[in-house]
Amino acid sequence: MNAPRNHKRTVTTLILGCVLMFGFGFALVPLYDVFCRVTGLNGKVELVPAHPEKLGQVDKTRQVKLQLVAVNNETMPWRFKPENSIVELSPGEMYQTAYIARNLTSGFMIAQAVPSVSPSEAAPYLNKINCFCFERQPLLAQEEKAMPLVLSVDPELPKHIHTITLSYTLFDITPESEQVAAIGGGSLR
Amino acid sequence: MNSTVAATHHHGPASGIGRWLFTTNHKDIGTLYLWFSFIMFLTGGCMALLIRAELFQPGLQLIQPDFFNQMTTMHGLIMVFGAVMPAFVGLANWMIPMMVGAPDMALPRMNNWSFWILPFAFSMMLLTLFMEGGAPNFGWTFYAPLSTTYAPPSVTYFIFAVHMMGISSIMGAINIIATILNLRAPGMTLMKMPLFVWTWLITAFLLIAVMPVLAGVVTMMLMDIHFGTSFFNAAGGGDPVLFQHIFWFFGHPEVYIMILPAFGIVSEIIPTFARKRLFGYASMVYATASIAILSFVVWAHHMFTVGLPLAGELFFMFATMLIAVPTGVKVFNWVATMFRGSMTFETPMLFALAFVVLFTIGGFSGLMLAIAPVDFQYHDTYFVVAHFHYVLVPGAVFAIMAGAYYWLPKWCGNYYNETMGKVHFWCSFIGVNITFFPMHFIGLAGMPRRIPDYALQFADFNAVATVGAFIFGFSQLIFLYNVISCIRKGKQASAEVWEGSHGLEWTIPSPAPYHSFSEPPQVK
Ligand code: HEM
Ligand SMILES: [Cu+2]
Repeated sequence: MNAPRNHKRTVTTLILGCVLMFGFGFALVPLYDVFCRVTGLNGKVELVPAHPEKLGQVDKTRQVKLQLVAVNNETMPWRFKPENSIVELSPGEMYQTAYIARNLTSGFMIAQAVPSVSPSEAAPYLNKINCFCFERQPLLAQEEKAMPLVLSVDPELPKHIHTITLSYTLFDITPESEQVAAIGGGSLR
Repeated sequence: MNSTVAATHHHGPASGIGRWLFTTNHKDIGTLYLWFSFIMFLTGGCMALLIRAELFQPGLQLIQPDFFNQMTTMHGLIMVFGAVMPAFVGLANWMIPMMVGAPDMALPRMNNWSFWILPFAFSMMLLTLFMEGGAPNFGWTFYAPLSTTYAPPSVTYFIFAVHMMGISSIMGAINIIATILNLRAPGMTLMKMPLFVWTWLITAFLLIAVMPVLAGVVTMMLMDIHFGTSFFNAAGGGDPVLFQHIFWFFGHPEVYIMILPAFGIVSEIIPTFARKRLFGYASMVYATASIAILSFVVWAHHMFTVGLPLAGELFFMFATMLIAVPTGVKVFNWVATMFRGSMTFETPMLFALAFVVLFTIGGFSGLMLAIAPVDFQYHDTYFVVAHFHYVLVPGAVFAIMAGAYYWLPKWCGNYYNETMGKVHFWCSFIGVNITFFPMHFIGLAGMPRRIPDYALQFADFNAVATVGAFIFGFSQLIFLYNVISCIRKGKQASAEVWEGSHGLEWTIPSPAPYHSFSEPPQVK
């Protein structure tokens, strides 16, 4: 038996396998994002503006109820709420609204809103033309701001969906905002 | 055949502490692993008793909630990575070379390293208990952001400890695969290998596949904590649910890493004491392999309640239930092996029988948990705690004890005290069931896991469970005493040790000489 040479081959193959699996663990990060975006699972929505041209015909025959929700992440001390919490709109119709944020502290802070859509099946059909979630939101002490949101529901929206909930969670990113900008913050471009 | 082995052939072990520090002998290293694992078993056990003592009555009596969380976390980590896994590696070190007719493990020097990393890793982890902010308190599953944003500062040491354990496991796995693939005696074809060797070969491949993923996920945590990345931080565009996906991609195969070698041990013991050949050898091998493969596509059954889409819930529910099929094949084969055998009930057999029965109970509660719609009720309750303790304590741990009793006479040349072994078995058996059976009921009634205090209606069953835990815990001292006195003296064991034993390891004298199979045996 030619044991030592065998060992070398076995060991190299196995170590290679380990390295590959280590890489695979990291590959899961973008794969997960891609998977969620392609399938719209997890309520993940495109964080890039949709083009107004490709919105399609307004479908006057039905109305969709849109619920707007605001959530403060734990320890986030801002006041944060939608201008209107429920609206009815027709698919294809352009809708403009805003979320009102007020920095209740006595210091400068930066926030980041992260959207989520429910049911997740509706996520690919919610087109955001302009959204405050595309950017970081800096506010001075006690400053208040109406943060704009322009969206429309795709007329291709499956017929059985009558209600869509769009929820924003507001995160405090003040201390790490420099780092977040440098690293690019994952999928937020 | 192998010149290095021939040269050292007539030397016995070195003397003094150096023997253990620098040893490259598979038997010495096996012994080290086994003692290390037993010490960790007692350490983690003390933590468990502290947890149970606090839960004896509702209200806070002994420890503060934060320390309670540190105890549940450390107990889980120590039992999984410090007790169960090293015990199996120790058994592999001792038995695999003797079972395949090899003189030693394939890479003896690396073998020394893979063991000696462990005491350092665990010292580091245990020292976090004395650090500012306390030890990790986020559960053995260390979900982000509990383990990142809200973690105590000691989390960094925890991460390094996990890295070291991972490296140790990977080196151990490489060694085992190289030994099994390259050092088998002439004539020992793959399909003639004992099942313990087979199950370990498959386990080692699982280790190679998932330990790097664990290393990856703790590295991501490290980067989130110290380098400002946002893998798991939603504010920066990451996703905490992603953590759970990666963790369980490692975690579910990991639970099979802790049970497949146990299947192997039981498949060795039952034929011996039933005095029959194992029923369905080939189907055992295929069942083990299919369990291992399926274990990669069921991870999200730990995540039914995170808001998976319906398609995901259904896929993971059915894939999980599919695993019950090869598992059922194994249980059937064990029972069929005993059918019309002439059985005797020595201690190893008692533990193996208890394994078959109690592991099956754990498998059934697993099936209940696998039903996605009802898991919304069971998830994060004591029902889950009952499930995994049934598969891990009377499952994995009982199998390890069965193996220890079974091979002890081969290791030290003496029989252990059979009466004391039986007393140990019955105390453990009764203790385990008193501890974990009531947990099914309090779980179904809604008691959440990982809490130091609870509503009054759970008080009675909790008190019962605590009594059982103390019975189980202290009966392990009987085992310790029995092993030590067996090493010292006892009835001389023959080479076969057991009347119905079968396999290469029983052809060498007891105690097994320091160097065995320097000349490879011929297997027919
Ligand atoms: C028939 C086979 C099995 C099935 C169907 C099964 C199913 C499940 C399910 C669905 C859960 C998640 C419960 C929840 O969190 O709501 C779970 C948890 C768990 N299972 Fe199993 N299981 C099986 C066998 C095993 C085995 C053999 C082991 C280990 C040796 C094991 C160890 C665990 C552990 C440790 C957990 C809890 C993890 C945690 O959250 O801390 N299971 N099992
Ligand atoms: Cu699992």
